[in-house]
Amino acid sequence: MCTVCGCGGNVTFEAGHGHAHGADGHSHHGSFSHGHAGHRPHTAQGAGHAHHHGLGPAGVSVPGMSQERLIEVETDILAKNNIYAMANRHRLRALGVHAVNLVSSPGSGKTTLLCKTISLLADAPLAVIEGDQQTSNDADRIRATGAPAVQINTGKGCHLDAHMVGHAMEDLPLVAGAHLFIENVGNLVCPAAFDLGEDAKVAILSVTEGEDKPLKYPDMFTAARLAILNKVDLAPHCDVDLDLYEANLRRVNPLIEVLRVSARTGEGMESWVKWLSARRTAKMLGARG
Amino acid sequence: MHEMSLCEGIRGIVEDQARRHGFAAVKVLRLEIGRFAGVEKAALGFAFDVVMRGSAAEGARLEILDLPGRALCYDCGEEAVIEDRFDPCPLCGGGRLMPVGGDEMRIKDMEVQ
Repeated sequence: MCTVCGCGGNVTFEAGHGHAHGADGHSHHGSFSHGHAGHRPHTAQGAGHAHHHGLGPAGVSVPGMSQERLIEVETDILAKNNIYAMANRHRLRALGVHAVNLVSSPGSGKTTLLCKTISLLADAPLAVIEGDQQTSNDADRIRATGAPAVQINTGKGCHLDAHMVGHAMEDLPLVAGAHLFIENVGNLVCPAAFDLGEDAKVAILSVTEGEDKPLKYPDMFTAARLAILNKVDLAPHCDVDLDLYEANLRRVNPLIEVLRVSARTGEGMESWVKWLSARRTAKMLGARG
Repeated sequence: MHEMSLCEGIRGIVEDQARRHGFAAVKVLRLEIGRFAGVEKAALGFAFDVVMRGSAAEGARLEILDLPGRALCYDCGEEAVIEDRFDPCPLCGGGRLMPVGGDEMRIKDMEVQ
């Protein structure tokens, strides 16, 4: 039973079993007008499972007739997403789990960063939600480190939403003090608008992307609490001005924290792990108090 | 940005409202969109026509009301209305501004029958 949305009363997620949000004619991209008429298992790759989302709008026409009138709606277009996000947030707070939403362009090194982070966090409990349009490649890479991971495939969708994440959380061992990493679809635009219930958005930016990237895609960097400037080991080879990267990040977000990191060489990784651990501890204290 | 997703959100709300208020058709649907919401109006209009097909809002006229962008200046500590995301603070000329409004994406009202 979905405890949040009540969809499909007997949906359970088990290893090797999935939750297909594809062929049953509902979409999870803002409309949430779902019927969940037919959940079906699908072929899950590897030891875990994938969630598939992404079809067009439901074909519903509305009967009834009335006189012409004005209806005040005053409703946020993403209201449904925000309700699911709030539910996720309450659940994470009650559990004392610290969740970060990792956002970036495709190819910035999110998954490599995550694999290295997992090895540095050693014995800390953690879990990973991987979002991509297709394939379970990233979840497979995470599982190879020994960490539990759920892959969400968004189909044609360009971002994760809070409803997908709420379901994925049901499949993960979330214990008190755990880190939850949500690796969003590689996209610097849409994920900015979709709250997943996370504690912080962390934007990853690699040094090959150009110093003006924060200015080109300001919304994401405004929404992020921390920016990780990744692949700094490549900086000497690509005429890049790291200070200009930071200046542009602070121009779109005066409050943003910035860490210079190379997931490949390990440079700066200690600061990142400290940042995570400090925030997780604060969250646990908050959950207790 | 994700104008198609937004229209699917609008469609969901229209369907909820149709069930609640028992109307058959939406004639006009008014949105309030903030300057910094990242919404491309032309793309939204195109997606709206496509996504509303078969719903009560099929053929409805979409009207978009702009809401101003507001930002807090970290130099003078005041909040001000700015036109462009990268405008300096109109009060002190500072460049350290954090948006605090203008990201709204709301359905304001609907004329229905």
